[in-house]
Amino acid sequence: MAVAKYLKVFDIGLQNTFVYRWNFLLRSVFGLVPLAGTVFIWRAIFQARGANVAGYDYAGMIFYFLMVLLVDNLVTPTEDEWQIAADIRDGQINSFLTKPMHYLGYRMTLFASYRLLYTLVTLPLVAGIFCVFHDYVVLPQHWWTWPVAALSIGMAGLIQFFLAYSLAMLAFWILEISTIVFIFFSFEYFLSGQLFPLDLMPHWLQGALHWMPFSYELYFPVSVFLEKHQGADLWQGLGIQAMWLAIMYGVAQFMWRRGVEHYQAVGG
Amino acid sequence: MNTLRRYAGIYRIMWRNSLIREMNFKANFLLWMLVEMLWFFGQIVFINVLFGYVNTIGDWTKWEVVLLIGTNQIIGQIFQAFFYVNVANLPELIRTGKLDLMLLQPVDTQFAACTRQFGLDNIVNVIVGIAIVSFSLVQLKVAPSCAQVALYLVAVGCGVAIHYSIMFGLATMSFWIVRAQGLIHGYYNLFNIARYPRAVFSGVFRWIFSWIIPVLVVANVPAELLVRPFSQPWGALAHLAAAALLVLGMVRVFWLFALRRYASASS
Repeated sequence: MAVAKYLKVFDIGLQNTFVYRWNFLLRSVFGLVPLAGTVFIWRAIFQARGANVAGYDYAGMIFYFLMVLLVDNLVTPTEDEWQIAADIRDGQINSFLTKPMHYLGYRMTLFASYRLLYTLVTLPLVAGIFCVFHDYVVLPQHWWTWPVAALSIGMAGLIQFFLAYSLAMLAFWILEISTIVFIFFSFEYFLSGQLFPLDLMPHWLQGALHWMPFSYELYFPVSVFLEKHQGADLWQGLGIQAMWLAIMYGVAQFMWRRGVEHYQAVGG
Repeated sequence: MNTLRRYAGIYRIMWRNSLIREMNFKANFLLWMLVEMLWFFGQIVFINVLFGYVNTIGDWTKWEVVLLIGTNQIIGQIFQAFFYVNVANLPELIRTGKLDLMLLQPVDTQFAACTRQFGLDNIVNVIVGIAIVSFSLVQLKVAPSCAQVALYLVAVGCGVAIHYSIMFGLATMSFWIVRAQGLIHGYYNLFNIARYPRAVFSGVFRWIFSWIIPVLVVANVPAELLVRPFSQPWGALAHLAAAALLVLGMVRVFWLFALRRYASASS
C-alpha cells in the first residue's frame, strides 16, 4: 500500500517529464559544447607538456570527463530545487500537509523518475559520445569495482538531492532563493570535480576537500570507477560519503520541520 | 531622428524605474554581485592551476589568458547588465501570454521586451573585469596605444551584440518549445568556450563557432587587439563586426517570423 502510492507518484513524474523531452534533448545537445571545449583545451595542454598531468595521460583525462558527463546526467537534480521552492512560495504545499504522504518521500520519488527519464532520453547521445571516444574508454579491471561504483554514484545522487531539497526549504523564510542556490552551484562547479579532476588542486586544498561534501557529489564516485582508490583509501572515502549522506538527510528533515512551523500558507 | 529621441526618452525612464526597484532589494543586489565574482575568480583559479603544468596554451601565456578571461567577463557582464534579465524572461512572457500587452504598446515589441530591467550589480562586475584586464596588461608589460584601446572598445561592443543575438535567438525558440529552461542553459553552454584561446580549436568545430555561432571571436578578437598589436588588425575586427551584424540581422528576421506565429496563451 505504502509502496503503491509512491509508484503512482513515480508514474506521474515520468508522464510530467515526458512532456518536456525536447527540453531534455536540447539541454544535453548544448551540454556537448563545453565538453568539446574541455577536450580541445586538454589536447593543447598535453601537446605543450608531453605526458602526465597529476597522474593522468591524455586518454585518462578525456575518459575522466566522459564519466563526469555520465554521472552528472544520472544524479544531478536539474529543476527540483526550483519546483520545490515554487511549491512553497505559491502555497501548493498546503495540500501535502493534509495528505498521508511525506513531502520528502514524494519529492525523492519524483527526483528518481526525472533522473531515470533524463538518462533514457539522453542515452543515445551519451552512447554516441562514448563511441566517438571509444579508444579512451578503460573499463574497470576488477569486477567488484562495478557494484562499489554504483553504490557510490547512488550515494552521490542522494547527497545532491538532499542538498537541493534543503536549499529549496529556505523558501519558507525568504522569497528569492536563487542567489543562494547559485552560490552553492559555484562551489559545486569548482570543488566537485566538474571543471577538472581534483587531483590537480594544490595538496593542502585536496586535504581539505577530502573532508568536505563537494567531492562526494561527483569526483569521488567517478574516481572509484576509474579505480583511483584502493583498499583502506577506498573504504575511508565511502565512509565519509556515507557520513555526508546521513548529515544531509538530517539537515533536509530539520529544514522541513522548522520550515513548516514557520509557514504561513500564502494564497491558501 | 525624432523616433530615436523618443526611444531614448523611453529607455531613460525604464532605467530609472529599474534603479529604484533595484535599490529596494539591496541584499539581493549584493548577493548577485557575490555570485558573479565567485564564478569569475573561480575561472582565474582554474587558469592558475592549468598554468602550474604548462607555460603556454595554444601559444597564449598565462597573463594573456587572464586578460582574455577578463575581456570575456567585461563583455558578458555588459550584456547581462542591459539585456540578460529581460531576454531570460521572454519565454515566460510567451508562455503566460503577457506578451500581448507589449504587442499593443506603440513601440517596437523587441525593444519593449528587451529593455525593461537593468542590472546594476553587473556594472560593478564590469569594473572588476576592467581591473583584471589592466592588471594583466601591467604583468605583460604592454602599454596599448589610444588607437588600440579604441579598437578594443569597438570590438567589445560587437561582442555584446553577439551575446545579445544568440541569447535572444534562443529565447525566441520558446514560441515553439514551451519549457525553455533548456534554452537559457544553452546560452551558458555556448559561451562556456568563449573564454578559451581560439587557437586551441580546430576543424569543423572551429569553423562553426567562428562563423555560424560566432562565440569564439567574441572575446578572442578584442583580447588579441590589445596584447598582440598585429600589423593588420582589420582582418580580425572585420570578421567580428561582420559576424555581429549577421547574427543581429538573423535573429531580427527570426523574431518577426516567430511573432507572426504567436497565438497568445490566455483564455
